[in-house]
Amino acid sequence: MEFSVNHPMLFLLSGILVFVVLVQSVWFLVKALRRARELGMDKTKLKKLIVSAATFTVAPAIAIVISVMTLSKDLGVALPWMRLSVVGSLSYETIAASNAVNAMGLEFGSAALNASQFATVTVVMTLSIMVGIWLVPLVAKKMQNGMISMEKRDKKWSELFTAAMFIGMISAFVGFVFCDVLSVVEADFTGVIPVLVMAVSALIMLASGLLVKKLKWRWLSDYALPISLVLGMASAIPITAWLS
Amino acid sequence: MKRQEKLSYMDGVHRDGRIWSLSIMVLMLLYPLAICLMFGAVPDGKGLLMGLVATAPMYWAVGIVETFTYIPMLGAGGSYISFITGNISNLKLPCALSAMEQMGVKANSEEGEIVSTIAIAVSSIVTTVIIILGVILIVPLTPVLNAPVLAPAFAQILPALFGGLGVVFISRNWKIAVAPIALMMILFVFVPALDSGTVGIMVPVGVLLTLLQTRIMYKKGML
Repeated sequence: MEFSVNHPMLFLLSGILVFVVLVQSVWFLVKALRRARELGMDKTKLKKLIVSAATFTVAPAIAIVISVMTLSKDLGVALPWMRLSVVGSLSYETIAASNAVNAMGLEFGSAALNASQFATVTVVMTLSIMVGIWLVPLVAKKMQNGMISMEKRDKKWSELFTAAMFIGMISAFVGFVFCDVLSVVEADFTGVIPVLVMAVSALIMLASGLLVKKLKWRWLSDYALPISLVLGMASAIPITAWLS
Repeated sequence: MKRQEKLSYMDGVHRDGRIWSLSIMVLMLLYPLAICLMFGAVPDGKGLLMGLVATAPMYWAVGIVETFTYIPMLGAGGSYISFITGNISNLKLPCALSAMEQMGVKANSEEGEIVSTIAIAVSSIVTTVIIILGVILIVPLTPVLNAPVLAPAFAQILPALFGGLGVVFISRNWKIAVAPIALMMILFVFVPALDSGTVGIMVPVGVLLTLLQTRIMYKKGML
């Protein structure tokens, strides 16, 4: 069989893996919904939860499609489709693929890969990225039990513990938004763009909160995060044009 | 009786999660093997070894730290899905956080576990379907999604995401949020090595520092 990075068999292999991953998500969704019903959780609220989770996902998912397009220039479509549907991200996959290609004495992006080189790249990408897949089954239950016993010992600390973890994660990303602001010293204002985009998104979230409270627009609270995300992203277009 | 039910649901999640993770891991390993068999190819030994040496140690180290960092936040079901479908910090976890906020449930309750699982499962399904559509329509979509006018919007997803999410969680926990956010801002501004490539590594650092600070404040009766 003559190899090509866009060979139909590669699409078949990727399709099988992506299908299994899709079924796994459906499996856990059904299981959680059944349990929610057993616990008597509000059906209407659950429906709203599903709609807002789906709405929130659209913009970041389109960004992943763009990443598939970016990687497809060098690796074809099938492999990036699988890699970015299962675990991967653009930066991780690009680095892994570049390291593998460079190790074979080639330059990533400039050489058409043969079957052997493509298989090498695939093995490096796969083995490098799969830590969580084997580690989660080993440690998740113990960690979860630890969280449960912590809650039994000290409920308030358990709640603070979870809040502190969320805040710790958010603080890293808020800090990241400021990583290029010092460029203003050299009269380059592009480093301020992410800061302004974050500010716009935050203001929209605040405004949504006010509308929910003052005008009783309860529906808005379900969509406030997707709205602030999309409008924040949209604001990046004029802000970038202004500051670039 | 209620406790028995809770344990059996959670036990079921762990049992299913282990089976799914193991099965998908095997399938992932079979993928390159199938390529070799179909095309009669053998991986380049030197390229494989050197590629792995250059990539795997860092990815494994980050992967191990990420696993321990994210499991308590994602919950059991959410972890089994998220560590398969990826994009945790930029999609699955914010989605789960927003969902728990919307439903008014605590992360460490069974309702929180269920809500987090539902949100992450829905997000994974929608992402997978959108990528499938993107792959099917890649030819007509490429010029549209790669249009220069849209590029700034997709380049600023993280600021747009954490602006909205930050307001909710920082305002609710401002006492424990001020110091870590100030510290992270200072670090990212003044340490040149910290950028988009290292933000993932700084998440566990931020989490550990915030936990430490929160513990001290709690012990001193400040919370």
